[in-house]
Amino acid sequence: MTALLLRDLKLSFRAGGGALIGILFFLTVVAVIPFGVGPDLNLLSRIGPAIVWIGALLAALLGLDRLFQADRDDGSLDLLLMQEHPLVLTILVKCLAHWLANVLPLVIASPLLGLFMNMSEVAIGAVMLTLLVGSPALAFIGAVGAAVAVTLPRGGLLVSILVLPLTIPVLIFGVSASYAAVEDPAPFLPPFLILVAITMFFAVIGPLGAALALRNAGD
Amino acid sequence: MRLLAENLSAHRGEDLIFSNISFELKEGQALILTGRNGSGKSTLLRVMAGLLRPASGTISFWYDAARKAHNLGEVAHYLGHRNAMKTELTVRENLAFWKDFLRDAAGGTGYSVVDAARAVELEQVLHLPFGYLSAGQQRRMSFAKLLVGYRPVWIVDEPTAALDVSAEALLARLMREHQVRGGVILAATHQPLELLDVKRLEMKGFEFAAGDED
Repeated sequence: MTALLLRDLKLSFRAGGGALIGILFFLTVVAVIPFGVGPDLNLLSRIGPAIVWIGALLAALLGLDRLFQADRDDGSLDLLLMQEHPLVLTILVKCLAHWLANVLPLVIASPLLGLFMNMSEVAIGAVMLTLLVGSPALAFIGAVGAAVAVTLPRGGLLVSILVLPLTIPVLIFGVSASYAAVEDPAPFLPPFLILVAITMFFAVIGPLGAALALRNAGD
Repeated sequence: MRLLAENLSAHRGEDLIFSNISFELKEGQALILTGRNGSGKSTLLRVMAGLLRPASGTISFWYDAARKAHNLGEVAHYLGHRNAMKTELTVRENLAFWKDFLRDAAGGTGYSVVDAARAVELEQVLHLPFGYLSAGQQRRMSFAKLLVGYRPVWIVDEPTAALDVSAEALLARLMREHQVRGGVILAATHQPLELLDVKRLEMKGFEFAAGDED
């Protein structure tokens, strides 16, 4: 299983792996917002956490369609499906590799984009923390979409659309926890803990659903 | 070791591809599937590997009288039309990954990466990215994948596609060595592969004819 994790990481960082595409997209989306909204610093810092979260969400969905399709195209997926070790575990490891290579860089880049949005230190820290905790859920939910669309030749946008409604709770609780950290009366912990719960829930459900979809994709 | 397939049939969409195929293989035997294009050879092999669900029938594999495998796929290698190797990674990385991921099934041990590459006579290209190899070399290397992790059953679909005569003989020799060690082979091929203790099954779409031959 470690071998699979290392292979997937290596593939993401080699030429054509696409790990950089997501982060470039994230930078572009958030960087153009201040130009569109105008130089109202108070407004920017107020919408900042939401914009950074939305940018990260969309960027995280970007490379998802290749999660299983790359393996299917060269026949590796057949061998992954045949093995004795549980398929759910294989998928969990693939999700983890996808998160490490494609989503973790977004979390790391988020403080820089927080500065673009004139966010305070506390807000930047809160967004980074909620992204760190919430973004694995995006990878796990995305795995189901990627598995359903694995046989479609151009499933890229379809995966994003299938997956987007399911990611809304992650977005809602991620953003509300970030706001709670800066706006006084609202408590930070309840939405944050719900976010943690969502991630753990999808860590179980996501690979299960993806395994079911891949088993039935049979072609 | 005994491999038993009973009354297998399979659909692709609405179409029945084949029906009521039964055969039995013992230690060291090989089944060669022949038949025209589209007669269901690849479909049967994918059903055997557990990648397609049969419409009816059962497949079972016994290590010995007492011990039965959960399903055939986990004790089998499958070499399909695609090579299951990453073109971005070097040959060594590819083989090392599969060796680590596949592990060995009960009853044998796989070759080391270097030995497997030597067995297909390509140890000099281990450092190259897989994508740099010629089609024939790629096919030979994906065959080396069958050697790095031990599996008693080899399911191979047109293993000699894109190969020259000497490479064909090389793979046939490796398959015979596998049989001598007690392995079972299921192969679909148009080439006359020289294997030991061969059973033949001619796929005709809906009907079939089976016979023994040495």
